Amino acid sequence: MHRKDLGLAVLIVCVGTIVALVNPRFLSPINLANTANLIGLFGLFSIAQAFVIVTGGIELSIGSVIALLGVIFIDLISTFGVAWPLALAIVLVLAVLIGLLHGWLVTRLGLQPFVVTLCGLLIYRGVARFYTRDGTAGFSFGADFPALEYLVAGRTAGVPHSVIAFAIVAVIAWLVLHRTVFGRHLFAVGKNEEAARYSGIDTRRVIIVSYVLCMLLTGLSAVFFAMYTRSVQPASHGNFYELYGIAAAVLGGFSLRGGEGSIIGVVLGVILLQVLQNLVNLLGIPSSLNFAVMGSVILVGVIADTQFMAYREKRRQAAAMSTLDMQNRTPKRSEAAPEH
Amino acid sequence: MARVEHPISLQLIGITKVYPSAIALNDVSLSIRGGEVVGLIGENGAGKSTLMKVLGGTIRPDEGQIVIDGVSTAGLTVSRALDHGIAFVHQELNPFSNLDVTDNVLLGRELRKGLFGFIDRKAMEDRVRPLLDMLGTRFGPSDPVSELSLADRQLLEIARALSTNVRLIILDEPTSSLTLSETQRLLDVIRHLRDDGVAVLFITHRLSEVEMVADRVVGLRDGRNAGALAREDIDKDAMVRLMIGRPVSQFYEKPGETSGNIVLEARGLRTAANPRETVDLTLGGGEILGLAGLVGAGRTELARAIFGIDPREDGVVTVEGIPVPAGSVTEAIRAGICLVPEDRKSQGLFLDFAISQNIAMPSLAKLARYGFVDTQAELALAGDAREKLGIKAPRLDRPAGELSGGNQQKIVLAKWLATRPKVIILDEPTRGIDVGAKAEVYRLMRALAGDGAAILMISSDMEEVIGVSSRVAVMSRGRITGMLEHEELSEERILRLAVE
Ligand SMILES: Nc1ncnc2c1ncn2[C@@H]1O[C@H](COP(=O)(O)OP(=O)(O)OP(=O)(O)O)[C@@H](O)[C@H]1O
Ligand SMILES: [Mg+2]
Repeated sequence: MHRKDLGLAVLIVCVGTIVALVNPRFLSPINLANTANLIGLFGLFSIAQAFVIVTGGIELSIGSVIALLGVIFIDLISTFGVAWPLALAIVLVLAVLIGLLHGWLVTRLGLQPFVVTLCGLLIYRGVARFYTRDGTAGFSFGADFPALEYLVAGRTAGVPHSVIAFAIVAVIAWLVLHRTVFGRHLFAVGKNEEAARYSGIDTRRVIIVSYVLCMLLTGLSAVFFAMYTRSVQPASHGNFYELYGIAAAVLGGFSLRGGEGSIIGVVLGVILLQVLQNLVNLLGIPSSLNFAVMGSVILVGVIADTQFMAYREKRRQAAAMSTLDMQNRTPKRSEAAPEH
Repeated sequence: MARVEHPISLQLIGITKVYPSAIALNDVSLSIRGGEVVGLIGENGAGKSTLMKVLGGTIRPDEGQIVIDGVSTAGLTVSRALDHGIAFVHQELNPFSNLDVTDNVLLGRELRKGLFGFIDRKAMEDRVRPLLDMLGTRFGPSDPVSELSLADRQLLEIARALSTNVRLIILDEPTSSLTLSETQRLLDVIRHLRDDGVAVLFITHRLSEVEMVADRVVGLRDGRNAGALAREDIDKDAMVRLMIGRPVSQFYEKPGETSGNIVLEARGLRTAANPRETVDLTLGGGEILGLAGLVGAGRTELARAIFGIDPREDGVVTVEGIPVPAGSVTEAIRAGICLVPEDRKSQGLFLDFAISQNIAMPSLAKLARYGFVDTQAELALAGDAREKLGIKAPRLDRPAGELSGGNQQKIVLAKWLATRPKVIILDEPTRGIDVGAKAEVYRLMRALAGDGAAILMISSDMEEVIGVSSRVAVMSRGRITGMLEHEELSEERILRLAVE
């Protein structure tokens, strides 16, 4: 575990302890399970975001894609009577296509990721609203999909399945990013795209795959959210989720310039953000301040991190200085020929 | 330049600078005054750039004093250094490539006019033009910097330094990417500045340049003063002894003969840079083919087209008779071609990545099991390379950016040698490398050629081209204008072909 991740973990424990002390309801099984469920749901697309950010890109259309694919998923099942495994497959294929499109626009046409995905944000949201005629997509009354509901919204031994899905995805993402050749290529492309090209890395392919992976996870996340809310209001469903993912990644040590960050970090970032959300609810802070609290904590966290880095650098410097003094004192200086 | 009214008098006393991973400077002293050219020499990592950064105000020493015109201080800032008339041309170039030449030269000192302080573009260009003329640049005041070559950017930085009220100019390896004539011109400028009362601190690994202009030479070794040479004592051997404590034996050796089998062949190759010219080239196993020419002759572009960084307009490249698909670095590497690029900081290395990761980057797939990186194998590979190439790095898990220039270059070499290439293209392989390391690079090139590799070496260093190559191809304006056998090599012949 990185030092940065450790700091984040400590912060989470501190905030958690404070909330628990002020309002013991924080530790009640119901609250814990609810919070965990939200962590799982929000965690899926935050990891998705991390895969793009590490290449130096950004994906702003996550929230809109969650709305659009959520609408399509529900509509396929309830209006067209498609079996849910097939609906799931269709949604994931659509997600991959969107990822391919974004990757293609970024690498082949050389458009900036911010611009491409900002347009995506506007387009997908608009399409989702048009598709439902600005109404709500929901399951008809009494509709029942026991298997799907168990899988996506159920619990095992009290643990919400979204958390389990998140854990599995996080482990795989960690392996991919930190242990495989492809993961190393992701970092390399994010750090110095030109040097990556000169090293024989197919930078275009790497970037395209990062967008595809991002969208694949976003598609999965869309299904979990659709089953969580059970109905999708495309005008507001998933609003700001992309920013939430970016916040979690930044908290977790990802640099928006690319080439830095860890999966453990983004997981902890997601947890911290949810605990903060919880804090706002449980401490009776007006919920309108929700975003303000989140923003402040992120800012303080980032500032504390840079300050701590500077402090550590100073300490290492001082240590090196003292060893130099020792060296210079013991043997008589041999060759300090003064010139001139 | 007009005569300097108050020539500078400067002393550095007992300067120490410690990094957590290295002692860059240990009790170093140096003095210089107006009207004097001091050459600062030392091996890669000796601390030359660090000492100059202390003077330029970009780093603050941990110990020591800087005495300027009799006033003592513990450290400078960039703006204080500028106030004292100290101008610094950095070893690492970083112009603002989105701006043009004039804007870069006068950045932060724009000339204004009128009530609202609009930028006076014309006055700025008039100010910049004479500087460019003095340096003899090929580019004009309004050319975009993004289109300038490395050498041009170097001259741009110098123009920028000269545009201030300079009393002391620090040149950190200014000639490393310049050609012979540009270098001559720069040396003339240095003499001019000296005669005008400017103090010049000149760092270079090309010792002949020091011989030509320096009034005094100061040597650094492992972050300490290694001694000094007065004007009359300056010669190559003395300088080498100062730098590394012993003479370097056998710098150049006659390269081996080619085994005769053709390894690399390019037929009818046309690059995007010179779409009207075609290039034909054959390269035998065991030979070192020097590629000479003026900067801008299209040598780098040719290398990039062979290596697949750039698409080819037309033509065929084969390795051992098998065609290499165009426009794909991956395919080129698979075919056994590698390229050590001219700009190691932006093209050759990931400065923030560990040394071991840099060395393993192109070999990762081979080191991997089921797509997973084998970190043990990675470290072993890097450790091997460190030993073989004599890379001075205490720890392989430290960032490559912490190493000195010469050692960084060895990392780039190491990264490619690990792929066991058949064709090795080197673009200015000894740029910024000290004599000792240079000799090692040459030895390595000979050894690789001896093992049957075909080596194509682009170099603007005439001495190097003549000393190292088995054959030399000379390029001019995108065309190969001549091919010289080892026996026919002479500076004059090469130059004549280069300007054809
Ligand atoms: N930012 C840094 N962090 C850690 N170590 C550094 C840093 N900058 C320089 N060093 C170390 O300080 C020493 C001196 O480096 P410096 O760049 O001054 O060498 P140099 O004489 O200019 O070499 P070259 O001829 O290769 O340019 C080297 O050992 C280098 O690794
Ligand atoms: Mg240097």
